[in-house]
Amino acid sequence: MTALFQSWGMAFGWAWFVSTIIGILVIALPVMLFVALAIYADRKIWASMALRRGPNVVGPFGLLQSFADGLKVFLQETIVPSASNRGLFLLAPIITFTVALIVWSVIPFQIGVVLADINVGLLYVLAASSLGVYGIIMAGWASNSKYPFFSALRAAAQMVSYEVAIGFVLISVVLWTGSFNLTDIVMAQKGEVFGFINAFGWNPLLFPMAVLFLISSLAETQRAPFDIAEADSELVAGYQTEYSSMSFALFWLGEYANVILMCALNAILFWGGFLPPFDWAPLYLVPGILWLFGKILFFFFVFSWIKATVPRFRYDQLMRLGWKIFLPLSLFWVFLVSGYLMLVRVGVPA
Amino acid sequence: MSVGQIIKSFTLWEFVKAHALTLRYFFRAKATINYPYEKNPLSPRFRGEHALRRYPNGEERCIACKLCEAVCPALAITIEAEPRDDGSRRTTRYDIDMTKCIYCGLCAEACPVDAIVEGPNFEFATETREELIYDKTKLLDNGDRWERTIAANLAADAPYR
Repeated sequence: MTALFQSWGMAFGWAWFVSTIIGILVIALPVMLFVALAIYADRKIWASMALRRGPNVVGPFGLLQSFADGLKVFLQETIVPSASNRGLFLLAPIITFTVALIVWSVIPFQIGVVLADINVGLLYVLAASSLGVYGIIMAGWASNSKYPFFSALRAAAQMVSYEVAIGFVLISVVLWTGSFNLTDIVMAQKGEVFGFINAFGWNPLLFPMAVLFLISSLAETQRAPFDIAEADSELVAGYQTEYSSMSFALFWLGEYANVILMCALNAILFWGGFLPPFDWAPLYLVPGILWLFGKILFFFFVFSWIKATVPRFRYDQLMRLGWKIFLPLSLFWVFLVSGYLMLVRVGVPA
Repeated sequence: MSVGQIIKSFTLWEFVKAHALTLRYFFRAKATINYPYEKNPLSPRFRGEHALRRYPNGEERCIACKLCEAVCPALAITIEAEPRDDGSRRTTRYDIDMTKCIYCGLCAEACPVDAIVEGPNFEFATETREELIYDKTKLLDNGDRWERTIAANLAADAPYR
């Protein structure tokens, strides 16, 4: 696209700038739209499993509910508590929202269709999603109120604990692929199992890692059953307690953008990303972005399904699971995977 | 921990079972009704919005005996009465403060002439508090509007009273 703008007589710098801005909008706006519909879908799925109807009044089947909520929130006043740290208080939702969006820049939607095709894509994902915790800590601290503060402490401990397990899971994927680039990781899954199933997840050696990653990504995005940071029965609304109107909506949007991102990462790292599920020529006629979209939808359903099924973990149970089960298990599995790779691909030195 | 338990906990067996259950419920018929479009059937004894009834010839039933006012546990009813020009005893004022009313139905039970009743209407939410302080005109209007249903309900319940 840069070349196109250059042919219209722009300098290279400007052409690059404009085409990047367009690329960002082309990714961010559909993601925001998807987030709005995902919130609706989440409520609807959750309601269905509780034998309720869910939103069904605004628009056909209640499809416009999220937009109505957004409009309502947009017209409300942003209340900043007088005891809060004003600058940090307003910065926190912006950070959460921004961090949730920037990771999308390395997500491959198709071969070559990615905003930033960087070699260390996976490291970038790890780094950016770790930044997400800053938004929550700052919100809890700047609110200067006890429940948000408890929530921030919990969130910080929780996200740090589960990032360790996620790190080991990602290491095993990276070892298997030999690359940090997300497009390479997806392409490496072509014909992974029996030569025709395009997914690391069905490989018996990597399947437990896929499950570990799914559960850890629930904890990473503060979704039920690991939503102790905003446990409404104990902490009112956690770090969001003092927030109102648009600043609250930014948290909400950032949270769901993160959830969808984690769904996309599940699909990309273990279930073949933009590749069709089977390595069969006619399936490649469907554009890869549709396969990715379908897999994201599936994982979003799984996330809502888990939310509707599993009760919230207690804080100590969460820490026990993270440090005493996930960490040793994933570490052991990294040894297993790397040992297998040494044996099969490299060969044991005599 | 036995071997079976270890296998169960590492295959997340309880979670898989729980998710199968919720998935079955996902496809099941909804327990909630689509309220403004669908409504549950009401019992003839349902105690909703109050109404003052009339006789078929248009004469109001209430004889201002003030039994309802006396029995009302929430002190929601206020009655003032005077003899009318034809000498009959009638109310000049019959107010019910619907924000005080607890919908116990004692007024309807106390009434010797079935004048004050609680009708089947429960959709009378208002935007202001003042609108919920009902006077005699409002109550008589309610009676005229709901008379057919109220009469049918009273007839259905009559054998048990």
